[in-house]
Amino acid sequence: METRSPYNRGLEIDNNVCIGCSHCIKVCPTEALRVRGGKAVIHADWCVDCGECFRVCPTRAIRVIDDDFKRVGEYKHRVLLIPAMFYAQFEESIPRHTIDAIIGELGFHEVCVVEQSVDRLVDEINRYVETAEDKPVISTYCPAVTRLIQVRFPALVNHVMLLMPPVEITAQYYRRKYAAAGVADEDLGIFYLTPCIAKITSVKSPLGGYGSPVTGVINMDFFYNKVYLAYRQRMAVSGKVAVSDALSAKGMLWPTTGGESTNVRGKVLAIDGVRNVIDFLEQLENGEITDVDFLELRTCDESCAGGILSLRNRFLVADSMRRMARELPETHALMDEYRTCGSEGVCMEKVEPRSMVKYDKNIDEALRKMERARMLKGMLPNIDCGACGAPSCEALAEDVVRDGADINSCLFLRTAWELQGQLSMNDANTIMEQIWGKEHFKTENE
Amino acid sequence: MRFEYKVEGGDFTQAGNAASAIKKTLKQLGVDPVVIKRVVVALYEAEVNIVAHAWRGVIYADIEGSGIKLRLEDEGPGIPDIGKAMTRGFSTASEGVREMGFGAGMGLPNISENADEFHIDTVVGEGTTLNIGIRF
Repeated sequence: METRSPYNRGLEIDNNVCIGCSHCIKVCPTEALRVRGGKAVIHADWCVDCGECFRVCPTRAIRVIDDDFKRVGEYKHRVLLIPAMFYAQFEESIPRHTIDAIIGELGFHEVCVVEQSVDRLVDEINRYVETAEDKPVISTYCPAVTRLIQVRFPALVNHVMLLMPPVEITAQYYRRKYAAAGVADEDLGIFYLTPCIAKITSVKSPLGGYGSPVTGVINMDFFYNKVYLAYRQRMAVSGKVAVSDALSAKGMLWPTTGGESTNVRGKVLAIDGVRNVIDFLEQLENGEITDVDFLELRTCDESCAGGILSLRNRFLVADSMRRMARELPETHALMDEYRTCGSEGVCMEKVEPRSMVKYDKNIDEALRKMERARMLKGMLPNIDCGACGAPSCEALAEDVVRDGADINSCLFLRTAWELQGQLSMNDANTIMEQIWGKEHFKTENE
Repeated sequence: MRFEYKVEGGDFTQAGNAASAIKKTLKQLGVDPVVIKRVVVALYEAEVNIVAHAWRGVIYADIEGSGIKLRLEDEGPGIPDIGKAMTRGFSTASEGVREMGFGAGMGLPNISENADEFHIDTVVGEGTTLNIGIRF
């Protein structure tokens, strides 16, 4: 059972692999997951692509939907945009140029670093923050944060900074560069090596009617294996790939925690980790925080160094990035070329709220349902054990009034009914099987 | 639907809990975020007022399809001069309270600006009752 969503999302659950262990339902920041029939089911409208479920899944049943590596060959000219943290995935003895040369052998004609464009973006961000009416301005660098705000904090959408993330600006630059060299647009494939699911969705279904110049995405974990295998097997490299490795220290540090905020004037904060981000947004929404100019928020602990498709230990990745940044210049050679593109290429359209419909669109009906859910919650043990397949007693009560879930999914209620003789053991077992699947209840003799 | 929250004077660690809980409820009901913001700002200010000035209080929130009615009853010193208290910048908060960042004196005018209905009844030496109505 999959709920269709108008929002393209990056994750899917493979029912053949999912064992319905329920680890994922507990970590979802929007409570978008349930266990039904022994499998995890995702409420797509509520998913913000943070990837917390992907992180905890013990069987790798939660998968990234998109990977366009097999489409690379369809284009005559192939460019790969590489996020700075990709270079930090490898042990420090493997230099960047070696990695670039291997990538050239994997089918790309040109490679360039995504964060090339941040030197250009910094000017725009500072201008934006200076003139913004709704402060603090919240960065759009982490797309999971933007979607978290749309879904869980709709009152804060006006704080969202309407400037493109670096990958879009960099991709636009290469579109222009190849067009200027006479390459037909359809012959150019610009692929983005992505460290996370949220960035896939932001490229595949960008906010507000914008068509991304990125042709496709390639998952970083998958591509890491290819590159590292080639390195270990000492693949011969021709060195023919064009390398556009212009990158400043700023660009290298951008994906790390504090990488953006340290470049923004005024009172700025950098917060990483989805729970920390939510805590802060709650307080901001309450109006308790008033004197901050700019917020750099990232849902992953250690920001993109801890991106869900990042393989190496996040602290080591962040450390490698800081080390590499020390060797890099303040600014880079392509800066002037990036500056020639106008602000319009950097601006993003308005971000609309995507509020969760918890009960009903009609407020009177919603009130009736909420009242019922409150009454039901009073009957539940409120220990949030998850044995009903919902992440909390409150979530089960909501599911009962919204989707007609069975209140007897609660193990505690069932036991009480059984003790009172109102429910047979067989009926209780049937309910258990509906939630967790029959597999778990088979004995060795069966 | 009725909610009730108890507020203890002087306990700033708990200040804002009622506003947070009401915010969560209104979000679940799908109330316009702009309206929610007004409710939260008004309630938060009023809640902090009880903590900062009164000995204890109770907040009653009645939510209907048409709007929310908030009633904040406190046992406390009361307000000797409501006219002054309704003036921006006027504050009777003690220095200790101001050091914590509260008591800038914006409370009551700010509440009234965010409310569609606003009534204040006070008896010096006994307490204050605030009635706030905000339409959805």
